Amino acid sequence: MSAITLKVNGKTHSLDVDPTTPLLYILSDDLALRGPKFGCGLGQCGACTVMVKGRAIRSCITPVETVQGEEITTLEGLGSIDKPHPIQKAFMEEEAAQCGYCLSGVILTAKAFLDAHPHATEKEIQEGMSRVLCRCFTHTRMLRAIERARQEMA
Amino acid sequence: MKKPSQFENEFSKSSGAGETLERSGFSRRSFIKGGGALVIGFSMGGVFSATDALAQRRPAPGSPPANELDSWIAVGADGRVTAYTGKEELGQGMSTAQTQLIAEELCVRFDRVTLIMADTSMTPDQGVTSGSQSHPTNFNHRNLAQAGATAREALLQMGSKHLEIPVAQLVAVDGEIRSKADASKKVSYGELVVGKKFNLKVDPAAKRKPESEWTILGQSLPRPDMPEMVTGRYEYVQNVRLPGMLHGMVVRPGAVGATLKNVDESSVAGLPGLVKVVVRKNFVGVVAEKQWQAIQIANQLKVEWSAGSGLPSQATFYDYLRNKKPTHDTLVVNSNDVDEKLSGAPTVLKATYYYPYQMHGSIGSSCAVADVQGDKATVWSPTQGVWPLRGTLSILLGLKPENVRVIFRRGAGCYGLNGADTVSFDAALLSQAVGKPVRIQLTRKQEMAWENYGFAFVLDERAGLDAHGNIVAWEQEAWAPVLGNRPGYRTPGNVITGLLAGFEPEAFEPRSPAAEPTEYRNNGNAASSYMAGRVGGVAQGTGTIQSERSLLHNVVSPFWTAPLRSPQRLQNTFAQESFMDELAAKAQIDPLEFRLRHLSEPRLIDVVRAAAKGANWEARLSPNPNRKKTGIASGRGMSCVAYEGSNGYAAMVAEVDVDQETGKITVKRIVIANDAGPISNPDGLRNQMEGGALQGLSRALLEEVTWDDQNVTSVDWLTYHSLYLGFDVPKVDTILLNRPDRNATGAGETAITIVSAALGNAIFDATGARIRQVPITAERVKAALAART
Repeated sequence: MSAITLKVNGKTHSLDVDPTTPLLYILSDDLALRGPKFGCGLGQCGACTVMVKGRAIRSCITPVETVQGEEITTLEGLGSIDKPHPIQKAFMEEEAAQCGYCLSGVILTAKAFLDAHPHATEKEIQEGMSRVLCRCFTHTRMLRAIERARQEMA
Repeated sequence: MKKPSQFENEFSKSSGAGETLERSGFSRRSFIKGGGALVIGFSMGGVFSATDALAQRRPAPGSPPANELDSWIAVGADGRVTAYTGKEELGQGMSTAQTQLIAEELCVRFDRVTLIMADTSMTPDQGVTSGSQSHPTNFNHRNLAQAGATAREALLQMGSKHLEIPVAQLVAVDGEIRSKADASKKVSYGELVVGKKFNLKVDPAAKRKPESEWTILGQSLPRPDMPEMVTGRYEYVQNVRLPGMLHGMVVRPGAVGATLKNVDESSVAGLPGLVKVVVRKNFVGVVAEKQWQAIQIANQLKVEWSAGSGLPSQATFYDYLRNKKPTHDTLVVNSNDVDEKLSGAPTVLKATYYYPYQMHGSIGSSCAVADVQGDKATVWSPTQGVWPLRGTLSILLGLKPENVRVIFRRGAGCYGLNGADTVSFDAALLSQAVGKPVRIQLTRKQEMAWENYGFAFVLDERAGLDAHGNIVAWEQEAWAPVLGNRPGYRTPGNVITGLLAGFEPEAFEPRSPAAEPTEYRNNGNAASSYMAGRVGGVAQGTGTIQSERSLLHNVVSPFWTAPLRSPQRLQNTFAQESFMDELAAKAQIDPLEFRLRHLSEPRLIDVVRAAAKGANWEARLSPNPNRKKTGIASGRGMSCVAYEGSNGYAAMVAEVDVDQETGKITVKRIVIANDAGPISNPDGLRNQMEGGALQGLSRALLEEVTWDDQNVTSVDWLTYHSLYLGFDVPKVDTILLNRPDRNATGAGETAITIVSAALGNAIFDATGARIRQVPITAERVKAALAART
């Protein structure tokens, strides 16, 4: 166990944890956050995605010690029900979910991609989302929502 | 931290109703009479029928009685309505639709209704949320819908008494009973009911609101859970946290059929956070203070297993199925003249189709939280059936059923019986061993290697054509493996944890030959849509073919099996709709025209026509006489289904490009036409259609469980393939046929059922190559191209 300082969604937390613990478990167990979720523990599906320094990373395979002091943003930190991020708003408008378990992966990957590629074509967006899984297959709505948000954000 | 009790959470949102109910001494718990063993069972035939029986069985003892209005609906002093349902939100939008139903029938605003789903301390036993049964069960003239109509009529009666105005001169509007003539004469529901019970029976004669008067049902209202979902605030079962909660992990056997030889507890002694190593017969698990600790301890625990029982070779598995004995045989239809008609037919066509085991593959591995202390247990579970799970948990834990409370909490989309029940058993066993609340979420490998898979199938189709190209006889003979099932109310051994803990799966009962059918039951779609379905001299099918036989041989499976979205319906339909296309080609008739010629059910005919129209179907022969012989060829294919014989009607046209050098398939467009009766929420229905079509695409093109001689080898997303968000997503056009005059049917499983045949038929249209095996990989396409005559 060792002392770790984490900056999550604008708040600083001092924790005494095993520094090799994957970030996901710290976020969901120690900080009781609901956004990032365990999907595979292997970095293959995206359900555990959070943003660190503007990049979408897979928190299930990221040891907590490697993101000490960095700004970490989870799905709940991206926006709130009253003030959703434009991508979240677009997902609400398009009803772009079924079970919704994959949304950290879908929305935060889209956020990182659109920030880096504000003028991306639909084809490029699709490629940007190529490692994100949705097993309810809400693909058509999700891609529509991302394009809608892109237009609003551009 | 707040205890995530659904009772508290839901009532805190609707404080008016909750407080009033408490004040009036009304407690859902009071319904639970307690005592007595579970006496009501159902046939455990070791075959598909047991699953179907779950939907029809009578409620478990202690369930709020379905014929009492108070089991379904409560009105608070503030006029808020609370509705209780056994049909769950699994991501399919069912909570929105049911809330619309109650708001509509009671004439209150949508946001004035709180829906309480699936909690054995509060909601009636409605079996499992499965089989496309939620709409048929709760939206037609019974159960939740009829309770809504009864409550509205009761409120009108109460209003009549209160206002001293005859019912005929009153109207229910926005939570009030008002005089039609003088709107100032009115009384609110809250004033009328004052938080008391109705004390009325559900009235089978209560009049449902006609669709023409709907203002809430039939609208594309947004899902109320969506804002919480997209902002990461929704509480899934994976997010349930209890005070003092510990974390568990299990250790599954080293091979299929392996038994426990030894657990060396000293191998983990002194590891940080260890609370206990738990062993019960072949069940092995650990409990620790933190989740990461539990995972590490489970990894390091030295467990010795016996050798596995060995698995049949995957390369020859379909032959193995065909030859496996004993069998349990079922005849769905048998006109007893098929052989004779076929021998007299000028043309007879035969073909065999193959469908693999596929998995539910939920994106979130299964998770549950259990709090077992002394003789009482509370379990938060993503199960599809809280009352059945209460039964099996009580058996597993050795507790009285009335001392077990199961609270549904949504997990990741399940699409059938995924690991939800088995992980609930895991959590309960671990919690019982330590007497504290325990949460467990399975690893990806545990989820995938030990879940109950969707059925593999081998299907022989045989049919004869007369000189005019009409089908004179059709026979299907199929083989499908089964092991375990839904645990139901009393069979914990139907899933892996129950077996490891010492319970047997439901027995496989050999039965051969099959008995002649005495009633027409085509809920597995074993009889094709084109068969007349004649049993007892009456045609009950959707087609015209009088000479018909459908025989199914179930055999024992080496892997667990259970319903996976459109169980057997999908496999049967893949074979039947592909074969129909083969017959059309043989008869030299346009596949659309050929289908219409052999259908009798108007609802099925209508969706077939609608899909064809939506896709600008060009009447011509398949394969396309002008097809390209090399390079990229384009084609279109059709398929359709009367889901479960009569529980939803759908037709699809798929348009594909086939790269004849590489065998790569690109699906350009899918057109679906669907009839589910009166539509509760058009956008929600479209979402189901689109998701079903694309999930169907993933299953048709990629998904297949693989294994070696000891173990399943599909254990993650690199070894079990699913279409990621980035694949070339086709355009999906959905055409909804609204049928306000008919009963509501299911809609969650229609689209997925017809994808694989539509694709195979489109490939044939483009190239003349026939696909008879799923998944339709590039290799299989290339092989089919090479086999063209």
